[in-house]
Amino acid sequence: MSTFTEVPQAAPVAVFKLTADFREDSHPKKVNLGVGAYRTDDCQPWVLPVVKKVERMICEDQSLNHEYLPILGLPEFRSSASKIALGDDSPAIKEQRVGGVQSLGGTGALKIGAEFLRRWYNGTNNTATPVYVSAPTWENHNGVFSDAGFKDIRPYRYWDAARRGLDLTGFLEDMEKAPEHSIFVLHACAHNPTGTDPSQEEWKKIADVMKRKKLFVFFDSAYQGFASGSLEKDAWAIRFFVSEGLELFCAQSFSKNFGLYNERVGNLTVVAKDGDNLNRVLSQMEKIVRTIWSNPPSQGARIVAKTLTSPELFAEWQGNVKTMADRVLLMRSELKSKLLAMTTPGTWEHITQQIGMFSFTGLNPKQVEYMIKEKHIYLMASGRINMCGLTTKNIDYVAESIHEAVSKVQ
Amino acid sequence: MRAFLDTPAVPPTQQARLLAAFSRDAHPDRVYLAGGEHLNEEGKPTIPPIVSQIKQQMGTDPTLIPEYPSALGLPEFSRRATELALGRESRAITENRVLGVQTVGGAGAVRLGAELLRRWYDASSSWRGPVLLSSPCDESLAEILEAAGIGELRQYQFWDAERCGLCVEKLLEDLKECPEQSVIVLSASAHYPTGVDLSQEDWKRVSEVMLMRRHFPFFLMPAQGMCKGDIDQDAWPVRHCVSLGMELLCAQSFSHNFGLYGDRVGHLLCVLRENSLLLAVQSQAEKLVRTLWSCPSVGGAHVVATVLGNPAHFVEWQAGIRGAVERCMLVRESLREKLRLLGSTGQWDHLIKQGGLYCSTGLNDQQVEFLAKRRHVYILPNGCLNISAINSRNLDYVAESIHMALTSPF
Repeated sequence: MSTFTEVPQAAPVAVFKLTADFREDSHPKKVNLGVGAYRTDDCQPWVLPVVKKVERMICEDQSLNHEYLPILGLPEFRSSASKIALGDDSPAIKEQRVGGVQSLGGTGALKIGAEFLRRWYNGTNNTATPVYVSAPTWENHNGVFSDAGFKDIRPYRYWDAARRGLDLTGFLEDMEKAPEHSIFVLHACAHNPTGTDPSQEEWKKIADVMKRKKLFVFFDSAYQGFASGSLEKDAWAIRFFVSEGLELFCAQSFSKNFGLYNERVGNLTVVAKDGDNLNRVLSQMEKIVRTIWSNPPSQGARIVAKTLTSPELFAEWQGNVKTMADRVLLMRSELKSKLLAMTTPGTWEHITQQIGMFSFTGLNPKQVEYMIKEKHIYLMASGRINMCGLTTKNIDYVAESIHEAVSKVQ
Repeated sequence: MRAFLDTPAVPPTQQARLLAAFSRDAHPDRVYLAGGEHLNEEGKPTIPPIVSQIKQQMGTDPTLIPEYPSALGLPEFSRRATELALGRESRAITENRVLGVQTVGGAGAVRLGAELLRRWYDASSSWRGPVLLSSPCDESLAEILEAAGIGELRQYQFWDAERCGLCVEKLLEDLKECPEQSVIVLSASAHYPTGVDLSQEDWKRVSEVMLMRRHFPFFLMPAQGMCKGDIDQDAWPVRHCVSLGMELLCAQSFSHNFGLYGDRVGHLLCVLRENSLLLAVQSQAEKLVRTLWSCPSVGGAHVVATVLGNPAHFVEWQAGIRGAVERCMLVRESLREKLRLLGSTGQWDHLIKQGGLYCSTGLNDQQVEFLAKRRHVYILPNGCLNISAINSRNLDYVAESIHMALTSPF
């Protein structure tokens, strides 16, 4: 008799199953528009040239310390990562009320933040505090907060399927109705999966309600620089909220904008009212870190820190990021023009209005099934596609296939 | 804004206070013997030469593709880590009933194992323990288990301070008396912080009781190969339990035996009774990983897989760690000899009977404090110290200091 006899099979994660199915497919024209990772025009993963350069520098640096990192991570990484989110001249940083916790990617940062909030926010161990995530959102948001102990995870209206845009009215209403002190998970830019972000004016309205209703802001920032090609633009919302005097968390990932998917580089930026608050919070977070990974991996953090703190390398990195962002923008505009040229039924403005890696095409589940089964083009049932999966070589095929799917399948 | 006003500060850990006191100590002879890394003669973390070599090669010619690894980590690493622990010929491996998951260091392996147990040890009810830890043990173990939701923690007697040795009879008694089907955390070798391990005869008696009481072993193997200088001997207890048909968990760390402290390379083994359960348990482990850290960082695991997977590298690696172990054994012998020459009464044989990174001196609280305050020698509060931090430059001073601590009147 096994201890584990009763253990049921857990459902596979949809996006990984999609990739697994794609791998098994032998069709010569197959296209994977599923998983969120950057691909070049040759459909290859891309090691950023600046990363390659910095890795070599690190390798040759004999002075490097091979000990455990401090529990909260590499100090120069933490400060430069928070700086990139909040801006060089951030008053909050000057006032010494900003801190960072180096984490295992964006997921790790969310985890630390969620675990902290469950223990110490809105009372002690208050698992009833509502946590609001956008409808739809990255599916792991639910998992991270629920495993941290939160019992009440609710959607806030976000995507308007009919208009294929942001449901700002619904969003604002849900915030107004939310109990005070509820936690709101906001996507800083390049919303996953819709690619639809609030405009600056819309962010201002959102911030206003957050303040008034005393809601807690938890930003998820996985695409800074990658979305528009501009670091400042992609961090505008975070910086605006900070300038409005809000305390907040921001889970940063450097997986996409540094191509460091497999080194797990993330940072939880904490903006507190003052240094004293900050220190108490960080001390609790340190305790939480000790119970999960004890201290974080050094390699990725070293690469990012070195790059962000050297003007030359920083400029080179910005160039690399822009290269990725530009390719995505190009694929967006090409896809749209091809669909328009074929007079594919429906409107396709959203393809270029949306931003970042993902696009909510508007294809319904039947049409998605058609795409996968008949055309061997793999995308999420929600109609989400990863623009990085498009290349100059496959874009015609994809556009034609969408045209077919939309025309033939209702 | 007042989100964190009520968050209490965490007082610094014993380790942190000790390190802080050492940092403030300006005495030229100060010695820190409470650290977590295995140090070489020069006082730097021990890195087997082959590891440095492989790291160099990888730094200049990275073969790793920048994309997300599986939640379970690198398959090749997992395979080698499993073989290392259980022996390539292990029935459990050939019968394909071992789950291996790459984790973020040994701490990550303990956390994942704890989460797995908490959810699935008794699938029909909400199991919270009991889990038994050795007395003494690594303080962070209790923290990790509690964070995973395991509410019932107990201790089994292990270290007899008076005799400076194991109290096997009391250990067996505790195992017989605790509730059936308890989870027992056992150190396969290189026990922290005492450095004292059970003999093979002891293990046979322990495993008999474990079987009789249907207890579940959760092994810790923090430094395979670094205890007795022999990877098979260090893993013997785990292999013995497997040969008895037991199911078990084993948390492995590659920090010490590969000098990969900053890389956070860990591995959780789960040996099941039947192969039919493997996929279900694996799927649940994957699900748990997704909300802990999503997937691990690969650099360090890649190094380990490369070394363990190449016969020539493997031999070199073993020689490297054997060298490090021999140096520690020499330090132990030298320390014992010096203490004898200084006229220290009492037995110091236990110094050479123990193995691994740590050793217990039998010093009491006052004596430990004397060492720090009057001699600027910092050891762990329970009288244990990191033997590798002693070298030819500080050996005399340390021996004298211990002697003085023992002979000074209080």
